[in-house]
Amino acid sequence: MSVLVDCSELNKSYGRKQVLTKLNMKVESGRIIGLLGPNGSGKTTLIKILSGVLKKDSGEVSIMGLPIGIETKKIVSYLPERTYFSPSMKVKETLDFFEDFYKDFNRQTAEEMLGRLEISTESKIKELSKGTREKVQLVLVMSREAKLYLLDEPMGGVDPAARDYILRTILSNYNPEASIIISTHLISDVEKVLDEVVFVKNGQIVLQETVDQIRDKHQKSVDGLFREVFAC
Amino acid sequence: MEWKFNDETPIYLQIMEHIKTQIASGELKTNDKLPSVRELALEAGVNPNTMQKALSELEREGLVYSQRTAGRFVADMKNTADDLKESLAVQHMKEYLESMGKIGYPKQKAVELLAEYANKNSF
Repeated sequence: MSVLVDCSELNKSYGRKQVLTKLNMKVESGRIIGLLGPNGSGKTTLIKILSGVLKKDSGEVSIMGLPIGIETKKIVSYLPERTYFSPSMKVKETLDFFEDFYKDFNRQTAEEMLGRLEISTESKIKELSKGTREKVQLVLVMSREAKLYLLDEPMGGVDPAARDYILRTILSNYNPEASIIISTHLISDVEKVLDEVVFVKNGQIVLQETVDQIRDKHQKSVDGLFREVFAC
Repeated sequence: MEWKFNDETPIYLQIMEHIKTQIASGELKTNDKLPSVRELALEAGVNPNTMQKALSELEREGLVYSQRTAGRFVADMKNTADDLKESLAVQHMKEYLESMGKIGYPKQKAVELLAEYANKNSF
């Protein structure tokens, strides 16, 4: 296993508000990682820096040894918190969009997954419910053959049964050499698919351990430990 | 058998126990082929690395064996199922006595109550 993501002494602030403070994190390839932390802890900012939509202020960050830029965008598949497709687009057109943008997009995979979810490629985005829109976007993102998937709150708006389906989609589609970073509050739902968890607090990593280590050491689920570490 | 996981113990240990129960109950028999790591991981809804770890541990304990390209199989040991039954039974009994102890029943009383309950109720 090799280091896929390497952040060291990473700083980012919005105006006077410091969001990431000398953050250090290494992620190996072939891992599914939960990025967990309370609201405002810096999870989304970190994901945005890794995806290249935000620039760091200082520090080092690389993916497969490459600085963040065009080359890393080719190998990073990013699911933002919010959907960004125009409401008037048909699902089919979003597939065209991804096919145009990304060389590693596998249209057949995406169409199969949409079929299994019974989402018609002829529907318009505005005709879909919030949860279904989220599913479409996740299908697109997971249908890229990327090295790193960044999923920011992938299950925020979907019901528990669909959450299970989404997790299965993530598991079945993922290539063992790639890594997935999932930011979420629904810890107990994702816990069993994770290798590792990273706790973020005030812009720093306060814990990075495997799920088994946590259960072994603390006799607690990740959800239980999270509630303890971040008790208000 | 459905896959269910508790919050206290590592998931790979729970997977091991699940497969052991399948062997003990006869659901899995000697030389039965196990599905691939990927298939099993999907079925249980767990991370493939976790499933891999559980299977490697089972292999280390001698309950399953792998053949290079053909996959993993349930080991050929006459007494496996009996031994497993016994060790799983010990575990369940221990859990029962501990839970009863926590709510204030001494061991002897717990055993009596269980016998009484078993006599009254048929399953």
